[in-house]
Amino acid sequence: MELDNIEKLLEKYFEATTTVAEEQTLQAYFSQKEIASHLEQYRPMFNYFSIAKEERYTKQVPLKPRRNYYKWLSVAAVVVLTFGIYFGNLYQIEREKEERERAAYAYQETKKAFELLAENFGKGTEKVAYLQEFEVAKQKIYNND
Amino acid sequence: MKQAEFLNVVMPFKDKLYRLAKRLLVSKEEAEDATQEILLKLWSKNESMGEYKNVEAFAMTMTKNFCLDRLKSKQASNLKLVHSNYQDEKTSLQTQLEAEDSVRWMERIMEELPEQQKMVLQLRDVEQYEFEEICELLDMKPTAVRVTLSRARKAVRQELIKKHSYGIG
Repeated sequence: MELDNIEKLLEKYFEATTTVAEEQTLQAYFSQKEIASHLEQYRPMFNYFSIAKEERYTKQVPLKPRRNYYKWLSVAAVVVLTFGIYFGNLYQIEREKEERERAAYAYQETKKAFELLAENFGKGTEKVAYLQEFEVAKQKIYNND
Repeated sequence: MKQAEFLNVVMPFKDKLYRLAKRLLVSKEEAEDATQEILLKLWSKNESMGEYKNVEAFAMTMTKNFCLDRLKSKQASNLKLVHSNYQDEKTSLQTQLEAEDSVRWMERIMEELPEQQKMVLQLRDVEQYEFEEICELLDMKPTAVRVTLSRARKAVRQELIKKHSYGIG
């Protein structure tokens, strides 16, 4: 590539009248090792452009499939609710049974306690019966007087 | 459109989106976020994508608008975009030497350009779009594109000459 041509292209380049192809020629020229010393100052510019083109977007392209999860939400809710009601009921029944048993036990115990009390009362009346006997005897004695 | 099809359409130009975003936003993280956002937006529109005759141009325009909005909102809230892509070369001799690195130098020059010039330069000299495509992407008149491009190139040249003759970093 003769120097003349490059200089002309450069001039056009700075007036922004070059085509893409011509600009590529310039880039190719400036990527050479040996270039005319008075053009050395433009080298960073063209080098930079070719380096800048190498930059890549390295992050993962973030495509979550935008599916609708909301419809599954209702299914999950129904499942939870069903289980809740089922086990809740079971628990309730269990508790009622337990309560009834406890009430029955309490009833039995109370009954026992009352029986004990009644027995002792029975004893009491027996003794009172003796007392009566004593009274009768006493009356007899008084009457004899 | 299926996910695989979508990826086939998007893959060839996703780097271009990223590079344009990075050119405008400078920060790597910001650019990555922007690209992700654009891709998600495209994906959410994938049913109507067949209607666009040029998905790439559409995506590029979206990226441009998104980044400009982003910059505007950052400026409005008086926040600078935070980026750590390059180091401050004044801190040590080591980094001062690194500043000699022409790529970094070019990066700094590009950063200084106005947004319009940045975009035109990016689209033309890095991505090598034709003028008509740039007109379409940026919604500009052909002459305006030419003028902007010429100005951008000359601005870069001026900075380079400055550096070349004085060797200041």
